Amino acid sequence: MQLISEHPVLQYQHGKKVEFSFDGKKLEGFEGEPIAMALHANGVHIYRVTPEMERPRGFFCAIGKCSSCFMVVDGVPNVRTCVTPLKEGMKVETQRGKGAIPMEGETD
Amino acid sequence: MADIKTTDILVVGGGAAGLSAAAEAASHGAKVTVLESDLHLGGQLVKQTHKFFGSKDEHAGTRGYKIADIILNEIKECGDKVETYTNTAAVGYYKNDGIVTVMRGEEEYFKLQPKKIVMATGAQERIIPFPNNDIPGVYGAGAVQTLMNVYGVVPGKRVLMIGAGNIGLIVSYQLMQAGVEIAAVLEALPKIGGYWVHAAKIRRLGVPILLRHTIKAALGTEIVDGAIIQNIDSGELTHVDCDVICLAVGLTPTNEMLWQAGCDMKFIPQLCGHVPMRNPKLRTSHPDIWIAGDAAGIEEASAAMVEGRIAGLAAAEALGFAVEQEKFGEYQERLNSLRRGEAGEKIRSGLALAQVADWGDE
Repeated sequence: MQLISEHPVLQYQHGKKVEFSFDGKKLEGFEGEPIAMALHANGVHIYRVTPEMERPRGFFCAIGKCSSCFMVVDGVPNVRTCVTPLKEGMKVETQRGKGAIPMEGETD
Repeated sequence: MADIKTTDILVVGGGAAGLSAAAEAASHGAKVTVLESDLHLGGQLVKQTHKFFGSKDEHAGTRGYKIADIILNEIKECGDKVETYTNTAAVGYYKNDGIVTVMRGEEEYFKLQPKKIVMATGAQERIIPFPNNDIPGVYGAGAVQTLMNVYGVVPGKRVLMIGAGNIGLIVSYQLMQAGVEIAAVLEALPKIGGYWVHAAKIRRLGVPILLRHTIKAALGTEIVDGAIIQNIDSGELTHVDCDVICLAVGLTPTNEMLWQAGCDMKFIPQLCGHVPMRNPKLRTSHPDIWIAGDAAGIEEASAAMVEGRIAGLAAAEALGFAVEQEKFGEYQERLNSLRRGEAGEKIRSGLALAQVADWGDE
């Protein structure tokens, strides 16, 4: 992970290291920290592809306001990954287009 | 209606202004509920590694993230008077019954009926138009601060900073503290907008601050791999190597709920957007809603903390709790002192346009 190793002022306190998947690939991050931060630390920068122009979108505002970092998390689309805490075993996927609403009883 | 939670005072936003409002109101006896959309309390304070200046009353000489701890401790001392929710956003205000809809996480909703509300919703970043400004690698300055100062993630290798106001200058310095190179700081105006002390810190470290320069385009097909910048006077174009373009081009108040509540709003350029009209105790035209901090007009954290104190005190007073009248005067004096001089001229002229002496219903 691309983490800041030394800082003249701050000491970072990270939580427990957990495993999650991004588009099927296993990655590591810290539990309770936003999904977007964990992805960025792993060098993942494209979080979704826009519906019409198919433009790549990623991290932008980090305060849950801009909708740039929407992704599909555990099957749910349009999750604001910059303010959603990472959990062990989460399934994170690049969102293409508007995302589909998961139907009751649907499994994969 | 058992599923509607009640509270004396709802504080929307757990940053510098909101936490101060909560501490002040709770210490006068009110039961306060604070909603914070982020995963932790503290707002922008927790991202600041520099020592604040201003006044001792607002913790001048202390680093921003430690000031957040001081106010959080004060709130802790209020015991169960203050209830805080993180990862929880107020998403709607219903004018007819004063009910606020609240979203916790992405899926859970509940309703809250407060007697009074302090809106301390802060600000959001502006973006400027240029080709490719939507691709990954173009980040807001606040987002870069969150990445590196809260979560310890390296934002990139080489950053082009757009804007030489205080935020652009401070974040450039913070990036260098985190070991990131700054290609240059661009400023469209012919002079540096931020305080000289912040500019001097990065100039001493050899970072060029290019006045009368702007960004012409971000380069890269999927993520940023450079930028074209332009000298506004000569038109000359230059290629810059960078993997992050950081936008520090200003903020605008976040106040959707004030519109929903029907507060009198006015566009005031000096306060960076539409802001609510307010009386000296920071009450809006709505008899149950007060404002504080950047939501009331873009300023800085020290003033936001004092405004929070005034709004919290006034909301507690309106509920009938005993408050010391002279405290309003003291807080106003502190604001006046933070806003004095040339640096405060813009904010003073903006606030003059947003003031209402008396709403006539008090």
